[in-house]
Amino acid sequence: MHTPKLHRFRAAALPRTPSATTESPAVRWLLTAITVTFLTVFLLLPLFTVFQQAFARGVEMYFASFDDRFVRHSIRLTLMTAAIAVPLNLIFGVAAAWAVTKFDFRGKSLLVTIIDLPFSVSPVIAGFVFILIFGAHGYLGPWVEQMGIRVVFAFPGIVLATTFGTVPFIARELIPLMEAQGRDEEYAAMTLGASGWRTFFKVTLPNVKWGLFYGVILCNARAMGEFGGVEVVSGSISGRTNTMTLQIQQLYFDYATVPAFALASILAFLALLTLILKNALEWWAHR
Amino acid sequence: MSIQAIHIQKTFGTYRALDNVSLEVPDGKLVSLLGPSGSGKTTLLRILAGLEFPDSVETSRVLFHGQDVTATPAGKRGVGFVFQHYALFKHMTVAANIAFGLNALPRRERPSRDAIQARVAELLSLVHLDGLGKRYPSELSGGQRQRVALARALAMKPKVLLLDEPFGALDAKVRKDLRRWLRTFQEEIQVTTIFVTHDQEEALELADEVVIMNNARIEQVGDPQAVYDRPVSPFVIEFLGNVNRFVAGMRSNQPTDQSKDVLYVRPHDVELEPEESETHQYALKAKVQHILSAGNYGRVTLERLGTHEPFEAEVPRERLRELDLQPGKVVSVVFRHVRLFPKGEFLESAVKDGQLEAVAG
Repeated sequence: MHTPKLHRFRAAALPRTPSATTESPAVRWLLTAITVTFLTVFLLLPLFTVFQQAFARGVEMYFASFDDRFVRHSIRLTLMTAAIAVPLNLIFGVAAAWAVTKFDFRGKSLLVTIIDLPFSVSPVIAGFVFILIFGAHGYLGPWVEQMGIRVVFAFPGIVLATTFGTVPFIARELIPLMEAQGRDEEYAAMTLGASGWRTFFKVTLPNVKWGLFYGVILCNARAMGEFGGVEVVSGSISGRTNTMTLQIQQLYFDYATVPAFALASILAFLALLTLILKNALEWWAHR
Repeated sequence: MSIQAIHIQKTFGTYRALDNVSLEVPDGKLVSLLGPSGSGKTTLLRILAGLEFPDSVETSRVLFHGQDVTATPAGKRGVGFVFQHYALFKHMTVAANIAFGLNALPRRERPSRDAIQARVAELLSLVHLDGLGKRYPSELSGGQRQRVALARALAMKPKVLLLDEPFGALDAKVRKDLRRWLRTFQEEIQVTTIFVTHDQEEALELADEVVIMNNARIEQVGDPQAVYDRPVSPFVIEFLGNVNRFVAGMRSNQPTDQSKDVLYVRPHDVELEPEESETHQYALKAKVQHILSAGNYGRVTLERLGTHEPFEAEVPRERLRELDLQPGKVVSVVFRHVRLFPKGEFLESAVKDGQLEAVAG
């Protein structure tokens, strides 16, 4: 416990200058220790483990993991899924946030609640629902089959499940921001004779561009990491419907630890990149 | 351009914001909508602007120069609107803000780029912000921002200028300067102007005509002198500046509940005399509580003997010295002008002439 490093940390956590709070040093020390322990065990350690396992047999083995046909296919599938799901949610999220914050209408609170639905529903349930709708015996299944489109156990199903799971991200990012900004600037643009489109593109959108950008990054990270819903609708067929997350699971079950973690490290790296970008954006926006 | 609002009715859910309000504003006048928050003044202004619409566009009507614009959207009414918190476009320069309306015009009506630039420069100099076109709103002070907002509204050559609490977010000194500036400015450009305020001093100082609103209705309309000197309701007299309120009868120094009338006296209409003064038969007696003397006038807080009603008097500094007032001292009190409600009669020098007795009794 008493490594010099930890000791230094402790000194920093307990400032010698008088504190505005009245808690005793023991309480403050305890709360700090709990927080640090929690963060280490639940956030830092897993992240570290991913990279450690990925590079366990050296850098060469790490890169060799990506030589696999199935691994490459899973990466491509994930990128394609995100490339469709994110723009869909971008359009929906912006439209929803615009409607909710700049207009008054009946059923507004219902809309806000529905936007949050994917947060409260288990992705597995969402996956099953899509099977019930688009499966061979589903409501729309026979109909889409007739049109020659396979949804379940195929790419469209993966896109549907991913899009569903990531619906709230952009709207949730924008709504508080646009709420705080109010409607006066839009009203001002209106009195100056600007059309709705012009007001949206020249006034509303520039005001939320950083928030929107961050929402897109977050939505993308989440889309690439989607697992539960996709597993149900995709059927997990290696080389056909396995996304990165599904491929990771399969590799791990096949005792291919290094490739599994190598693939996982890409997602972990994406997560880190997202956080860095978020901080950079915040710094940029507040400058 | 003259403005008429006829039978305006507006509800938000179950809340009634405007209850059958009618108003006429003559061409070129500077009119103030004055009232406490929730009185409906801002709603009325927004309905005139076309940012809000009455419950029914058939029974409620808005006329600009006799023309029905009730259902016309804001952008087509030719109004300039200035918001309390400026509502400048944050990500645009001052010049781009001012040019926004001109740039939004359809191509065939839009002036050339050079013409727009010239117009922006002209407007900047009109609001005394020459050379600040390249700045962003965040680099300006509150007073400067509000003048940019005004220039932006004027860029479209509006026939009506509407201002929603235009000085509300500014500090006292800037507010006063900007107020005077707006007054002369409006006289110069002669555009019909309506502004909303909850500050009675601002309304009385600035406006040709004051519209006093309360509870979704208009209480009184008139020039500042008229509404101050001849308020038509207890609300108006209480809202326009400090006023003393006496509920108990004036017949004696004893509280009586026979008279339900309420008597109002402005502090500057209260005269103090030495206690033993026999000049005024009906003068009431009061005890000095507190004296605050800063500036030309001293503010004296008193308590009426017998009824313990507290009231205030504004007395010139010199008179204070003459009377040698101290807390605890008893004085005779004479009212120069009083107003009696619900009867609403206007009584001048009533106590001196012994008339107050006749009316109040």
